[in-house]
Amino acid sequence: MSSISYQVDADGIATLTIDQPGKSMNVISPDFTEELSEAIERAAADASVKGIVVTSGKSSFVAGADLIGMSGMIEHARNAPAAEALKVSSRLTEVLRRLETIGKPVATAINGTALGGGFEIALATHYRVAADDEAIKIGQPEVQVGLLPGAGGTQRIPRLIGIMASAPLLLEGKPLSPQQAKSSGLIHDVVPAGELLAKAKAWLLSPQAESVQPWDEKGFKVPGGAGGMHPAAAQLFMAANAMTRDKTLGNYPAAQAILSAVYEGTQAPIDLGLKIEAKYFLSLLRGPVAPAMIRTLFVNKGRADKLVRRPQGVPKAKFNKIGMLGAGMMGAAIAYVAASHGIEVVLLDRDVEAAERGKGYARKLVEKATSRRKMTAADGEALLARIHATADYADLADVDYIIEAVFEDRAIKADVTKKVEAVIRPGVIFGSNTSTIPITSLAEASERPEHFIGIHFFSPAEKMPLVEIIRGKKTSDEALAVTLDFVQAIRKTPIVVNDGRGFFTSRFCMNYIGEGEIMLTEGIPAALIENAGKLAGMPVGPLALADETAIDLGWKIHQATEADLGDAYKPSAAIGVMEAMYVKNGRAGRKNGKGFYDYPEGAQKTLWAGLADLFPVKPESEWPRFDDLKKRLLFAQALDAVRTMEEGVLTDAEDGDVGGIFGLGFAPYTGGPLSMLDTIGIANVVAECERLAATYGERFSPPQLLRDMAAEGRTFYPAPKAAA
Amino acid sequence: MVDAYVFDAVRTPRGKGKKDGALHEVTPVKLAAQMLDAVRERNPGLDTRDVEDVILGCVSPVGEQGADIARTAVMISGYDESVPGVQVNRFCASGLEAINMAAAKVMSGQSPFIVGGGVESMSRVPMASDGGAWPIDPAVAYSTYFVPQGISADLIATKWGYSRDDVDAYSVESHKRAAQSWAEGRFAKSIVPVKDILGITLLDKDEMIRPDASMESLGSLKPSFADMGKNYGFDGVALQKYPEIERIDHVHTPGNSSGIVDGAAVALIGSKDAGEKAGMKPRARIRSFASIGSEPTIMLTGPSFAAERALAKAGMTKADIDLWELNEAFASVVLRFRDLLDIAPDKLNVNGGAIAMGHPLGATGAMVFGTLLDEMERRGAATGLVTLCIGAGMGTATILELV
Repeated sequence: MSSISYQVDADGIATLTIDQPGKSMNVISPDFTEELSEAIERAAADASVKGIVVTSGKSSFVAGADLIGMSGMIEHARNAPAAEALKVSSRLTEVLRRLETIGKPVATAINGTALGGGFEIALATHYRVAADDEAIKIGQPEVQVGLLPGAGGTQRIPRLIGIMASAPLLLEGKPLSPQQAKSSGLIHDVVPAGELLAKAKAWLLSPQAESVQPWDEKGFKVPGGAGGMHPAAAQLFMAANAMTRDKTLGNYPAAQAILSAVYEGTQAPIDLGLKIEAKYFLSLLRGPVAPAMIRTLFVNKGRADKLVRRPQGVPKAKFNKIGMLGAGMMGAAIAYVAASHGIEVVLLDRDVEAAERGKGYARKLVEKATSRRKMTAADGEALLARIHATADYADLADVDYIIEAVFEDRAIKADVTKKVEAVIRPGVIFGSNTSTIPITSLAEASERPEHFIGIHFFSPAEKMPLVEIIRGKKTSDEALAVTLDFVQAIRKTPIVVNDGRGFFTSRFCMNYIGEGEIMLTEGIPAALIENAGKLAGMPVGPLALADETAIDLGWKIHQATEADLGDAYKPSAAIGVMEAMYVKNGRAGRKNGKGFYDYPEGAQKTLWAGLADLFPVKPESEWPRFDDLKKRLLFAQALDAVRTMEEGVLTDAEDGDVGGIFGLGFAPYTGGPLSMLDTIGIANVVAECERLAATYGERFSPPQLLRDMAAEGRTFYPAPKAAA
Repeated sequence: MVDAYVFDAVRTPRGKGKKDGALHEVTPVKLAAQMLDAVRERNPGLDTRDVEDVILGCVSPVGEQGADIARTAVMISGYDESVPGVQVNRFCASGLEAINMAAAKVMSGQSPFIVGGGVESMSRVPMASDGGAWPIDPAVAYSTYFVPQGISADLIATKWGYSRDDVDAYSVESHKRAAQSWAEGRFAKSIVPVKDILGITLLDKDEMIRPDASMESLGSLKPSFADMGKNYGFDGVALQKYPEIERIDHVHTPGNSSGIVDGAAVALIGSKDAGEKAGMKPRARIRSFASIGSEPTIMLTGPSFAAERALAKAGMTKADIDLWELNEAFASVVLRFRDLLDIAPDKLNVNGGAIAMGHPLGATGAMVFGTLLDEMERRGAATGLVTLCIGAGMGTATILELV
């Protein structure tokens, strides 16, 4: 069935309406590209056609490449000989070049969001008019999944608006509204939605109608200049190169590929420029980063958001009102998040004052949002009115869901559980936001352990997108389904894991901090450790993260674990560092202004000068290779992800990767900890682990699961089949 | 192998490299030609037909410094038209590289005399006018961690712990030494005043020296590279290459970095036989020379490696060198070199350097070469080593021996 309808009106205007059957949005696939090509050739050959309008039959225009269906194309791009792969991967470029050179004027009526390849179609037409709707997004977000706009975006945009103005669009992928796109010169006009097609047709029939693009005119020059011989362009690239490397730390090849495609391509005629862009695009498809980012950041995150792990057969749950136990920072933030999605929240604490303080947190967030005009005053008031601060358990009588975020203490949690269960309806699911205490053991305090589940938010909850859901031994499918429904209702991304000490994310993150602390004991300078973490792709260094999460907390978890496990507990070398810092020197982290860093008032934090006394630094010649430091910091986490799989806590690589990146900021360019191991190759990982174990300690010896996978040639993600 | 000797070395005084500088009205090709003519006039026995090449360094060889300025200068000089010219670019060591190439042509037995030197009118052809792939081309800049060399100089200071006071103190000493050397006429042998078309002297003394430079006056200057490092990401790029550093301490200012100036300098290199035929006495023998590549992001640590390679070629150790000259591109470069090689402060840059007198990029190598030679003769130092740090991570060094 065709996805492009072709209609010629009495004035000789052919309208190509893109409307892919069975899809909510139009996306670009190899089949679509061929259909587009056929439609273009039909209009070209049709003597009655004077001009062409391209538009969409959906509420959006074209949303970009079909990333979900792209795995086959990626496999082909990676495995075919380069020249053959280039022919396939640059097919849309070829079709769009034909579109702008058929000798008839072409207009795009941008009726809705036009992103990626969608906007590149519009760029290859001679006139672009968009509907006046702030919700419409126009831009090139490819960089966010490790790609570049590979159908002319890096060539036509700088030729339209200059290199300087193109840089943020291409390098950051930020979308524009139609009005912004017009004022930046990317589109010609913005009109009310109802006049869109008429406006496009009017242009095609007007004397201004053109069938030649500016860059095909004789004497065309890139606005603002291009190339190393142009002083302004040379200056621009010098700064852009450094700023881009500073920001991406060299971990995201798309950033450099975009800069290079623009730098090299804008010095060449358009046809050669498009070829240069196509080669850089293919180089990204053939590299390790883009496929891993697409899989985790787009495809698997999308699956998680659509509740791929939801048990079948449980009716969809609705949430009118929830009970939020504990109005500390976490409870208050969760209350805000729920209220901002239209859910009433009973925010309960020991006394009304404490509960009101928690609501104050929401008030501050509302004030910030209204002052930045991200929320109207009325919406803000309505949001706050949905939060009922109270100390009375009876107020929980009619809630649809319970989240507990009281102090991390078994006795307190058990007490609260009993009080709550005495008042709520029997079918209500009880979610505990504990970050480390095993759910199964907390459920022992419950009369209804099958309704008891872990719902672990990340701080600050109003910003962090992930929620880790933990199934206790007795947790029912219904409890899981309802909890997933709740996470979806507040627009967070869920992962699902089984119970265990520190679940998946908490212990995962402790391995990062711990490895950094162990490095200190090896005489490695603190700055080198911190930079190793950052250059490995982590959002902050391990010592900075230790300060954020509090060093005393790490120490207390260690003590609790020791008490729980007794002789079975094998403390890591990092414990000595926590002891030296917190127990002996009172340095608890950012919260008391003294940790691995000092926090001078009104100034940047700086590494504490006393570190070198506690952990004497070895001479430079004795430091390990820097690459080893980076690898240790990533492997310490990834190997723990593997161990949580062996232990049955993590059941699916997707959860590990989505959780690692969206919960903890694990190096996004890797696609997540398990993707990273696949990329390196499991057999290589095993060999590398053995080397690291021999050099740096047994904690790196390869888990049995990896040895088995290497022996059987298995990977965490099966390779998709190649399709041309 | 034939030995290469130095017969003469001349330089212009260095004029402030701005529109109000004393040499701004003189085109670079004339600066170079005046130095070529000075060599001819000072050595009446020299038949310029025996000068088989003029090799001139120039770092921004575009516009009026472009298209082989060496041959162009020869054409308007009094040299015979049979003398060819070639322009070379080893960035800041171009002038010394030109002399080393001249020496190599003599040592190979192919040429009796060669002139080596360099020229740069920074007031007329601004620095970086010739672009270049390293900073601009993303495919190059990105993978090689390009930062401008001021950031590199600050990186050296940070990595090896030179404070703002350390670099300012070095600068005060450079100005003091330069002023004293001028007062005592120590540069007299080499200096050739620059004249205008009427023969009026435009400049006969280095224009930028500030004998009254003090810790107070220098201390008030703003760091030159802090904003650039922060706002354009260069600090971050440098730290990616040197991750042991928490943050860069921006200590360099216009006061403790080399000045932007105009100037030219050349040296006459030849064989003993050629000198005898022309009735000229050699002043020094070129014992050895070397250029090296080093890590490009920190960029300016090349001199020690170049010095070591030149010493090894000469079969010498650093203890065999009586006098050292290292171009004062930035104070930290000199301090690091001095500490690394453990050179006594009174053996290095004894007459001040580019911090006080300026650094006319393509010419400086030939200028410091002449300064070393003059001072070796003045104090009877048997051996001397001259070296320069170089953009993109290089170093060039030459060892001289009095005859």
